[in-house]
Amino acid sequence: MTAMIEVRGVTKAFGGVIANNNITLDVPMGRVTGLIGPNGSGKTTLFNSIVGYHPIDAGSIKFEGLEISDLQVQQIARRGLLRTFQQTRIYSKMNCVENMLISVPHRRQTYRDMFAQYPPEVTERAEQLLDFVGLYSKRKLIAGSLSFGQQKLLEFAMALMNEPKVLLLDEPTAGINPTLINGLINRLRRAATELGVTLFVIEHNMPVIMDLADDIYCLANGRLLAHGTPDEIQNDERVINAYLGGHYMVED
Amino acid sequence: MTTPALIFKRDSLLLYGGLLVASLAAPFVFADYTFQFTVLWVMILFAVTWDLLGGQMGYNSLGNIFFFGAGMYICAIVQIGLYYDVAEYTAASGEVHVEFTTRQYYTGLILGTIAAAVLSALFAVVFGYIVFGLRGPYFAIGTLGVALSAGELTGAWQYIGGGGGISLPVFPGEPDDRALFFYFLCFSLAAVTFFVLRKIYTGRFGLAINAIRDDEAKAEGMGIQTVRYKTIAWSISAFFLGISGALFGNMIGFIEPLEVAFPTVTFGIFMVVMCLLGGKGTMWGPVVGATLFHAFKEVTWTYMLGWQWVALGALIIVLVVFFQQGVMGWVQEKWPERFGIVVDDAAAQAGPDLDDGTRRREAAQ
Repeated sequence: MTAMIEVRGVTKAFGGVIANNNITLDVPMGRVTGLIGPNGSGKTTLFNSIVGYHPIDAGSIKFEGLEISDLQVQQIARRGLLRTFQQTRIYSKMNCVENMLISVPHRRQTYRDMFAQYPPEVTERAEQLLDFVGLYSKRKLIAGSLSFGQQKLLEFAMALMNEPKVLLLDEPTAGINPTLINGLINRLRRAATELGVTLFVIEHNMPVIMDLADDIYCLANGRLLAHGTPDEIQNDERVINAYLGGHYMVED
Repeated sequence: MTTPALIFKRDSLLLYGGLLVASLAAPFVFADYTFQFTVLWVMILFAVTWDLLGGQMGYNSLGNIFFFGAGMYICAIVQIGLYYDVAEYTAASGEVHVEFTTRQYYTGLILGTIAAAVLSALFAVVFGYIVFGLRGPYFAIGTLGVALSAGELTGAWQYIGGGGGISLPVFPGEPDDRALFFYFLCFSLAAVTFFVLRKIYTGRFGLAINAIRDDEAKAEGMGIQTVRYKTIAWSISAFFLGISGALFGNMIGFIEPLEVAFPTVTFGIFMVVMCLLGGKGTMWGPVVGATLFHAFKEVTWTYMLGWQWVALGALIIVLVVFFQQGVMGWVQEKWPERFGIVVDDAAAQAGPDLDDGTRRREAAQ
């Protein structure tokens, strides 16, 4: 099984706080990999390190076998490694179709492309994907006027429009109406199987991640705590203590 | 589904046709106001080129006037330098009467304008490299610094006349022909600028700079080459501003750094106010804003002399506090369906969200 992302010994500190301490993990091609852990355990920091939002202090991150830890965000994105945000980020003053159109891949862009009009098949694809996430009827609305859950769906559709090889999703179901969660999980799984997108997902909703992921990593206090199938993770003493048990509940 | 599009097309034909006729007739019907109409076209150009960055891309530049002044001086230097030594010409300013033949006048004007356009765009690339690292208010102040220092530096540069300025070659013809000549040049330039911008806003370029405005970090995260888009956007703005400076300088006939070429606190601020008044980030907002503002300015400068700056300040305060969306922004809020901001009812009725999608799209078509 080929690893799309290989993280080796990654360490990242903010001042005295060590957010990621010697993390090593693999995201295998075509699979759904989960990342769980208590609040403040360093999940989002790891995502930020992978997509190049900040330099790492030590270690190596490879995408498709090539080192990416010294590249910039745009360069990594153009290679086909994309992320969505915990606090949803869409282009709030543009309508949904425009949000989709500008999310096309920018990999082989020439100066002429910059001024080109969109061919009908691109618009068609944008509408198909909006339909895929259930926003087709709202496609002409300004994205900022959508509800939080709808914006999240739009952001997911925008990510798919970019035809990524790997998609990092930061809490895709947070803030989504419970009745829509099943539909969204279904879409995520179809993205993985039908569109061949490798997914790496941070999620706090345990039933969702256990159902969705093939493989789960658990972080706690910046360290990798456990790795295994959903069954193994659910029955792991350390995970129960760190995440489902004492410290998480007490802090809440 | 085709009917609204047809009505819209007929509407815009009437609109553009009406504007064209009015623009062509204006200097003949109101001959006394030809100069004012010419300035209005320059104002419209200021507003639409400012809006390219300020409205569409979210970068509020207070230094766009720099390209206007740069274009004006570049054109002047080319016009004079083609036939005379620039240092001698500026040193002798006013003492020696210098003649340009008709042929020399037009050759100089054409070549000077081209140089003004190209070099202004290049300046934008160079300054963009420096100031596009700045965001928000820091970008505004950084660009303001560029414009202010350009005025001061030009004033200290004796080769191009320093603070004393330069007299430009005299138009070879009657004063009335001269007024019409510059009116139609400025009208054509403003119209070309408008249509070029309208064209690029509809494609990938327009969406990319809108994306930068709405969330630049997200745009970077999606792989958009933000620095390249920003630099090109400013170059386009600078290109047209450079031409406008070249034409405006020749229309005035005498240029100097602080009042004519780099008037940061007048034209430099007017650009922003016109866009705010008309509606930032809309196609017609800057045009409407420039027209209303120019009328407001002329009325206050005529009937409230002495208080005109107070009136202008009051206008700015009212705009910023009570009317941030501007005229076109207000129209769009009031009648969103006229701008196509609607829920697709046919699609919505065919099925709820996250249901099987194909039915909805078929129903809508």
